[in-house]
Amino acid sequence: MYKLLLCLRYLKTRYIALVPIISVMLGVATMIAVNGVMAGFTREMQDRIHGILSDIVLEVRNLEGAPDAEGHMQRIHKVAGDAIACMTPTVVVPAMLTFRYGENTITRQVELIGIDEVSQSRVSDYCRFLQHPENRRQMSFDLRDGGYDVRDHQAGPEARDRPQMKAAGWQRRHNAAKARSFKDSWDRSLGERPPAGASEPGDVPEDPFLIGNPAETARFDPATQQWTGLVMGIVLGSIRTPSGEDRFLVLPGDDVQLTFPTIGMRGLDVAITRDWFTVVDFYECKMSEYDARFVFVPIRALQQARGMIDPQSGVANFNAIQIKLKPGANAEEIRDKLQGQFDAYDIVVQTWRDKQGPLLAAVQMETAILNVLLFLIIAVSGFGILAIFFMIVVEKTRDIGILKSLGASGAGVMGIFLGYGLSLGLVGSGVGLVLGLLFVRNINGIAAVLGKLTGRPVFDPAIYYFYKIPTLVDPWTVTSIMLGAVSIAVLASVLPAVRAALLHPVEALRYE
Amino acid sequence: MSDHPKQPIRRAPSPQRVEAPPMTSPREARAGSVAGHDAGPHLDFASPASGYQLEAIGLKKSFHKGAVEIPVLKGVDLGVRRGELLAVVGQSGSGKSTLLHLLATLDAPDDGEIHYDGRRIDRLPSSQRDPLRNRHLGMVFQFYHLLPELTTLENVLVPVMIGRSTWKFFRHRRAYRQIATDLLAMVGLSHRLKHKPRELSGGEMQRAAIARALIPGPELLLADEPTGNLDQTTGREILEILYSLNRQHHLTIVMVTHDPEIARRADRIVRLVDGRVETV
Repeated sequence: MYKLLLCLRYLKTRYIALVPIISVMLGVATMIAVNGVMAGFTREMQDRIHGILSDIVLEVRNLEGAPDAEGHMQRIHKVAGDAIACMTPTVVVPAMLTFRYGENTITRQVELIGIDEVSQSRVSDYCRFLQHPENRRQMSFDLRDGGYDVRDHQAGPEARDRPQMKAAGWQRRHNAAKARSFKDSWDRSLGERPPAGASEPGDVPEDPFLIGNPAETARFDPATQQWTGLVMGIVLGSIRTPSGEDRFLVLPGDDVQLTFPTIGMRGLDVAITRDWFTVVDFYECKMSEYDARFVFVPIRALQQARGMIDPQSGVANFNAIQIKLKPGANAEEIRDKLQGQFDAYDIVVQTWRDKQGPLLAAVQMETAILNVLLFLIIAVSGFGILAIFFMIVVEKTRDIGILKSLGASGAGVMGIFLGYGLSLGLVGSGVGLVLGLLFVRNINGIAAVLGKLTGRPVFDPAIYYFYKIPTLVDPWTVTSIMLGAVSIAVLASVLPAVRAALLHPVEALRYE
Repeated sequence: MSDHPKQPIRRAPSPQRVEAPPMTSPREARAGSVAGHDAGPHLDFASPASGYQLEAIGLKKSFHKGAVEIPVLKGVDLGVRRGELLAVVGQSGSGKSTLLHLLATLDAPDDGEIHYDGRRIDRLPSSQRDPLRNRHLGMVFQFYHLLPELTTLENVLVPVMIGRSTWKFFRHRRAYRQIATDLLAMVGLSHRLKHKPRELSGGEMQRAAIARALIPGPELLLADEPTGNLDQTTGREILEILYSLNRQHHLTIVMVTHDPEIARRADRIVRLVDGRVETV
């Protein structure tokens, strides 16, 4: 009881001991804040990555792909059928995207992905990231009449509106066609040749990719017809200003051109083909790496355009199979099982984590290094506690002698100082916990204020493609931070406490 | 206080009554703790027939200053009878305080033996020495030695807190607090319960220290120049309290002082000269 009482009294009267505790407090607060932000980023990133990548991806190394997706899928099913929820084949090919913006021709390097819109939305959260509410429900490569999101459905109230999206859809095609025909007639009246433009069907290669009636392409009317639908990563078609506003260079309803290699190359001479597509929606997973690279088209159209369909058998080539597992299935185990089935020289099987391994590992590494550094701050403050405690033990030498003369044991005296260290650690890490949680909770407000004060945004949405700093407080992490801080405070008080316990009562009593 | 030395003491509980229901009575506690050692081999050295409550035989103690050995006690023989008030006098540096520390088991003699109730105590392990100090020996110091962070009442309660588990203290805290309040009333400090030591005068601090020494209900009080730091009048008041404790409640007191004037009222005076005892 005297230990408790004296601990409390020392806590209330020795303010000097609170000085090293402040650094424990700051260390704990910073650690909680840093871990909160890093965990938030990691989770957000994993969400996005997993949104586009299915649980397991089986990729054919050959750019020309491998024939017979159905056969491969049956083999996969035989190996791990009970763990697989669904699968979809895709065609992935590097491509060049070209479109006009005003008088400018804009060319972007993209990854062209042919997907089956129905099964793709089953293996990943693909649809969630589209900009038309109908497409989010049931994806379609047909252009919608209108009603594209003006407000970013994934962002909070702080996001800026996208008024340009109001114009997207069929209406835009009608207007564009009208403007073009007016310009054509104007140009003709001036006796000039109409410039090569979006409406020139003569540019379409001899092998029309539109499924159905080839005659239709011959008389293509841009006001009432569309090319094959295409979903474009939003960064490809827009610019984000530092204020967080999006300016669109191209909108759903506009036509773009894609250039990509076909199969059947001789030696290393790659055959190239070009095709017109109509933008029907934007894809925005908020991972700028993906939003600035991915372009989706219907798999059948792409297979045809690349000449991947065998004219005799009708069997099409594919580049990858995306596999979604049932909940609770062990992705690593199934990956290894599947890899065992296929020659690793031809086909590589990866989980989504493997595919984004370097990125996730980098974030993890950063978190680990920051944690080590910040924990060192707390450890350094441990030495402060040690020094202050030695001072307090010296100052309290006589009191220690008194307690011993009254029958207190060495262990009891030691207990006073260990308890004192423990309570200081608890106070420090407790206040640090509150500070850290408050910081994490209000981090966006703090970032805004800091941005105003320094005149440059702390968190630039043009760079990160999140509007807000994502945070995630993991109770387990917080608990281990607190435990670490408290045990450092206790460890730092061990030496002074032992010294106090070993003090000779007579010498302690004589001490002046 | 000095005018009516007996009145407050009669009203207040005696040191024997201090062991109120929640505590084990001193007699039981002693019976228990001594029983454990009756079988010990050191019993042979004890002299129960001598009738001394506390007995020192051939105590030697020297201190080391670097390589130089300074002998302080050169073979002290001393017997204290139950209920006696024994004054130890001597010049400064004659080893009075050292002797008292040895008797209180705060320090170990280089040679010689100390017996308490026929039981040798100078070689006890600390696990037995600490409870002995806590329950059976009361100590009063020249510089009062109160804990500055605690109030008067809490200071008096410290030995009880040390001697009992947190839980037990907490359960009986009201009874203990009552005992401490009564003891403080006995020494005339009822109005100072909530004050910190630095707000008290020297005499008041020494009264609080006496109350603290009495709370476990000791049979032996060791006082190290209890008036050494006080003016004459205050010192006399403190001495009156000690005398009345001895007379009224038969508390054995060993008092170290350098003032023969004070020692004169003791039952017996022992003079320390050159590290040896010289009975007056």
